[in-house]
Amino acid sequence: MKFLYAAYAATWIIHISYLALLLRRYIRLRNEIQELNQR
Amino acid sequence: MSAITNVARASLSKDLRLEWRSKDAINSMLFFALLVVVIFSFSFDPTAEESRRIAGGLVWVAFLFAAVVALNQTWARELRNQVLDALFLAKAFGNFIFVIVLETFMTPLFIVFYNLRALGPAYQLLIVSALGTWALVVNGTFFAAMSLRTRSREIMLPLLLFPISIPALLATVEATTAILTGDFSAKFWIVLLAAYNVVFTTACLLLFDTVLKAE
Amino acid sequence: MIRRTFPILGVLTAVLLSYGLYEALIGAPTEQSMGDVQRIFYYHAPSAWTAFLLFGINFVASVVYLIRRSMKADIIALVSAEVGVVFCTVVLVTGPIWARPVWGIWWTWDIRLTSTLVLWLIYVSYLILRRFSSSGQTPLMAAVLAIFGALDVPLVYFSIRFFRTQHPQPVIGGEGSIDPKMLQVALINWAGFLCFACLVCWSRYRLELLQREVEETEALEALLDSRKAQ
Repeated sequence: MKFLYAAYAATWIIHISYLALLLRRYIRLRNEIQELNQR
Repeated sequence: MSAITNVARASLSKDLRLEWRSKDAINSMLFFALLVVVIFSFSFDPTAEESRRIAGGLVWVAFLFAAVVALNQTWARELRNQVLDALFLAKAFGNFIFVIVLETFMTPLFIVFYNLRALGPAYQLLIVSALGTWALVVNGTFFAAMSLRTRSREIMLPLLLFPISIPALLATVEATTAILTGDFSAKFWIVLLAAYNVVFTTACLLLFDTVLKAE
Repeated sequence: MIRRTFPILGVLTAVLLSYGLYEALIGAPTEQSMGDVQRIFYYHAPSAWTAFLLFGINFVASVVYLIRRSMKADIIALVSAEVGVVFCTVVLVTGPIWARPVWGIWWTWDIRLTSTLVLWLIYVSYLILRRFSSSGQTPLMAAVLAIFGALDVPLVYFSIRFFRTQHPQPVIGGEGSIDPKMLQVALINWAGFLCFACLVCWSRYRLELLQREVEETEALEALLDSRKAQ
């Protein structure tokens, strides 16, 4: 049933998107910290 | 105690006088209300039979939009305040009167455009209007105060108000539809509206000074 | 101890979710009326339970903030709201995907789905408020809004429930008692998602702490720079 797989896939796509967002923020923060340390 | 009511009365009368004095504000709001009614009538053009069933919803969504315009002005002129609770009630009541006036203006227009006639107990419409309007206005005045401290405050007000108001809107629309169609009783919805009003009027009064004193 | 807990929790999460997925797709019995589509339930329901739990945590944290003005409470409120909205989104997406093959329509005023939608709207407005308010008052404004949201929840529930008795609508989740084996599979997945939520919340918490530290440092630097310029 493709609806079943769609639902499961959608669940993980949503979760992974959120985690990706968090990761991007973390990387940006880390770059900022490096900048601050260099000053 | 009398000092509190004096502040309240002063603020209320000042607001009412200022609003009535600035004819531009009144005229533009009335015109906005008229526009909303006309646009809704273009969008939905039902026969008399269907109109009763959907008019409740249409009317109150229109009232909601008009109310938001009025609510956004609430704290525009406010600077300092001491007796906060009384001030809040005065502001809310001022908004309430203003929105009731808008509704009184818009209702005949709707009756004309949709050929409305209430099949159920029409007097209940007054109760529903009063309760429904207060539900919108009490939270609207509160969120207007909260929006003051945000960027994009005009969009912030409806953004905060609409989700929280959903049960009240549902109840108001259902009650109005019940009275217009006469198909079912509005009693449960009126009770729910009353409960909503009690809960949120209390919450607003209790939390208002917290919000305003935040610095 | 903290350093070790995270990976252990990670492994536990992976194990529970994998086992849960297997049971959901294969181990659990097939439902009579709906067929295999019903298996969406094993992701849909635990996500809803997790979201509600997180929103409950947000409420408690908001009250604690109002009373004690503790930054930790504020961060917990923020984190639980954000992750709650993520899980809530999952519920709102899997719900219609389930409804479509079963009822032929994408949306229905199913009480749980509708209540979840309103909750989602309230908490998204909460997150937008947090983003748009001036930083000094954000925790306070947010906490007040959270309380309003929590007060709204029972009213939302009763209004939708009565709406449904007057306008009968299809029920997505299925009614009545649930098969014990199905309940077990749902609970296994719930345990997995709870552990997953813990991991995500924890990470988000640390990220927020880091962010606030950086902001403070930058503010301090700006202050020192302006002093030097004088």
